[in-house]
Amino acid sequence: MLKELFTKKKKYASIPSEQMKQDVPEGIMTKCPKCKKIMYTKELVKNLRVCISCHYHHPMPSHERITSLLDEGSFREYDAEMISENPLQFPDYLEKLEADRRKSNLNEAVVTGEGTLNGYSLVIAVMDSAFRMGSMGSVVGEKITRAVEKARELGVPFLIFTASGGARMQEGVLSLMQMAKTSAALKQFSEEGGLIISVMTHPTTGGVSASFASLGDYNFAEPGALIGFAGRRVIEQTVREELPEDFQTAEFLLKHGQLDAVIHRHELKETLTNVLDIHQARGDGGWWEN
Amino acid sequence: MVGELEFEKPLIELRKKISELKEFTKTADVDLSAEIEKLEARLEKLENETYANLTPWDRVQIARHPNRPTTLDYIQRLFTNFLECHGDRLFGEDEAIVGGIAKYDGLPVTVIGHQRGKDTKENIRRNFGMPHPEGYRKALRLMKQAEKFGRPIICFIDTKGAYPGKAAEERGQSEAIARNLFEMAGLKVPIVCIVIGEGGSGGALALGVGNHIHMLENSTYSVISPEGAAAILWKDASLARRAAETMKITAPDLKALGVIDEIIPEVRGGAHRDVDEQAKAIDQVLKQSLKELLTLDGHALVEQRYEKFKQIGKFTFSRDYLGVK
Repeated sequence: MLKELFTKKKKYASIPSEQMKQDVPEGIMTKCPKCKKIMYTKELVKNLRVCISCHYHHPMPSHERITSLLDEGSFREYDAEMISENPLQFPDYLEKLEADRRKSNLNEAVVTGEGTLNGYSLVIAVMDSAFRMGSMGSVVGEKITRAVEKARELGVPFLIFTASGGARMQEGVLSLMQMAKTSAALKQFSEEGGLIISVMTHPTTGGVSASFASLGDYNFAEPGALIGFAGRRVIEQTVREELPEDFQTAEFLLKHGQLDAVIHRHELKETLTNVLDIHQARGDGGWWEN
Repeated sequence: MVGELEFEKPLIELRKKISELKEFTKTADVDLSAEIEKLEARLEKLENETYANLTPWDRVQIARHPNRPTTLDYIQRLFTNFLECHGDRLFGEDEAIVGGIAKYDGLPVTVIGHQRGKDTKENIRRNFGMPHPEGYRKALRLMKQAEKFGRPIICFIDTKGAYPGKAAEERGQSEAIARNLFEMAGLKVPIVCIVIGEGGSGGALALGVGNHIHMLENSTYSVISPEGAAAILWKDASLARRAAETMKITAPDLKALGVIDEIIPEVRGGAHRDVDEQAKAIDQVLKQSLKELLTLDGHALVEQRYEKFKQIGKFTFSRDYLGVK
């Protein structure tokens, strides 16, 4: 006992052998980029990918988003087989798409479909930053446009989760025009009284923030999400002035009147249900008589 | 000549040689008329070749020419009774966009466009034609007013892009652009958009949701500037020339991609060579556009505009199902 007190502590850290490293499956642990805490990935996923210690919102894969919100078994996907072409014959574009398809197990940067959320029918579109940084090319524009048209046809709300670096360079001006196409579809839907809910997640920038992401009847965002038109570096180079620490965060946008609310991921389903409920109860049933 | 462009250098040298020879014959007692004639024929041939085979990068240079005619140059020549209307009624006045009411061949119209400056002083006032949110909100205010009074809208597009600045972000640059796309899609009056210089990204598109979109022959329209594309794709802004070719940003490219309706031919060497002539070429196409669109009612105009944008894009279907499991 006493002897142990006097033994020297190791002055070096032991490095796990290659063999040991291989024994631990990749991705079992995740390190929070904000507070640096290391936690079990399964634990993180169970917590809707919100850091258990600092509440940092980790990017959420589209299928997890859908599962976390929609009633079990209610989701029916649209246009899952739609994929990009290479309209500009851009070097290496098709190879990059193929690599991302394999890596992310997604065909494109947005998943669309219909389902119910706590019983409320809706059409949902969820962008996924794991595929080409969620950038918008022809397929993203087309899938969103079709989803909005479907919501119009079914007479149900349209809910969109955005996560995108902006327009996709490799499809050039065709990507740019998707901004007009999606916005025009939303306008037609809106004219007929359609409800549009936009939830901006990290990151929502460039052409996506300057089109459908900003066009909700309600514009929400997740805490800490980066949202903006121009990139921070571009702005710093242009204006040569120091930008505030929280520049272009969800909280910054809220402060400047650009958002309805910033909503914690754990409270999202409840908030969305509330909005859907208020829009369902239109008061045309003569409520004053009851 | 002021503002000669790089690809025009061989022409300039040849012109210089001819004028030197002419000068020489005046003083010396030698007949060089045959040589001069030969050189002039060669110049003519070279000019034809140069201007008929402009590369995308040559066109970018022409589109950015310091003397390239601006929105106000064309407004002055194409319209009468122009009254400029200022301010967005929300925050301020943005001189990077001009707009107002006017008559086009007697027809009341609303005309709006990006406005660059002619010199440094004016460029500072107009922020080099790069609008803030208030510019886009002013444009939207004027478009809504046009709709109220049933006036067609003509938009001139000429900007490097929406201004990337702190104040612009604070006041909602994204929202301002998005709102314009959304509202323009629903306007029940004809909208004709003409790209006259650089059509830079979302900042250009915010005046670009038209029934007809035309481009001057040497103008460009792109998702990002060639320099920006080169910086992002190859981490090297000096590869802009290569990016200009890869990105397909010229009028013929956009016509082939099905994005624009007409290419408006330019005066040889570029619009800056003869603004009056250039205005006439625009006049012809604009007149044709309006004639066509004025036969449609409000509902049909909105439908036509929606269908036009809906068909833009290229995609296919894969047999491998990779959807949500």
